[in-house]
Amino acid sequence: MKKGYIEINQELCKGCEICMEFCPKDMISPSDKLNASGYMPASFTDDGECTGCAICALVCPDVVIEVFRD
Amino acid sequence: MKKVYARPKVLKKAVFHYCPGCGHSIIHRLVAELVDEMDIQDNVIGVPPPGCSVFAYNYLDVDMLESAHGRGAAVATGIKRANPDVLVFTYQGDGDLAAIGTAETIHAANRGEKITAIFVNNAVYGMTGGQMAPTTLLGMKTTTSPFGRDETTEGAPIKISEMLALVKGAVYIERTAVNSPSNIKKTKKALRKAFQAQIDNLGYSLVEILAPCPTNWKMSVLDSWKWVDEVMAKEFPLGVIKDTTGL
Repeated sequence: MKKGYIEINQELCKGCEICMEFCPKDMISPSDKLNASGYMPASFTDDGECTGCAICALVCPDVVIEVFRD
Repeated sequence: MKKVYARPKVLKKAVFHYCPGCGHSIIHRLVAELVDEMDIQDNVIGVPPPGCSVFAYNYLDVDMLESAHGRGAAVATGIKRANPDVLVFTYQGDGDLAAIGTAETIHAANRGEKITAIFVNNAVYGMTGGQMAPTTLLGMKTTTSPFGRDETTEGAPIKISEMLALVKGAVYIERTAVNSPSNIKKTKKALRKAFQAQIDNLGYSLVEILAPCPTNWKMSVLDSWKWVDEVMAKEFPLGVIKDTTGL
């Protein structure tokens, strides 16, 4: 059962990849499209494993991640 | 599902001008979260510095008064003496607090001014293009030390926190970093304690935060985050340096 998920504001993401480094389930990867600022933003692949631990939001320097949990 | 993490209310909806992977925006967020949690938004005055964080007032929705270069502690002293019930913090980089503002900082601490300094140490002058700062590590290459910092001509990195620990008016000095989830949590805890020391009228408090600067260190973001632990924290050890608050 799905325990949590995140939403990434891709237009504000600067593609620093910190969230990808720290996600314990490796569920965040670079997007294949550039955003309007010219960065490759992070994108979230929801395969149901996200626990909503919020580590990605804790380390995100640009505060673009919102976390939802049961 | 319930939203468990969202942008703090005190953080304006502006886009940070910082480079990808910069430590400043994390520290801004931590300050915003604390102001939210302590419910003191109408009762805070911040003093941002010249430097990369010069636009802190564009991001934090609290009263802000920009200071001249290095004069943060002096400006904050005036604000605090005129408004003793307001929480006053300075937000300063190492080029500001550890170089041009050393005198103001040490004397404000010595007078035991009830202010909090947030001291962001990234070992270079960031905004002007990565020149050598007093905190630059020995051997570290910058635009003004292209062969690496040499102790015989440029001296060793200055340790402001350890210096301030000798000063009687300083009650709480801690060094933390923002390069990992646990360090970010510790930084928030340290900031909360520093603010509390001021609210309790105990004296001067300072939190030194080691922050990555990938652009000026000429590293990838991940390398710079690791470099803080592997190299910088060896020269600037993390931890509580002085705590006489009893909190």
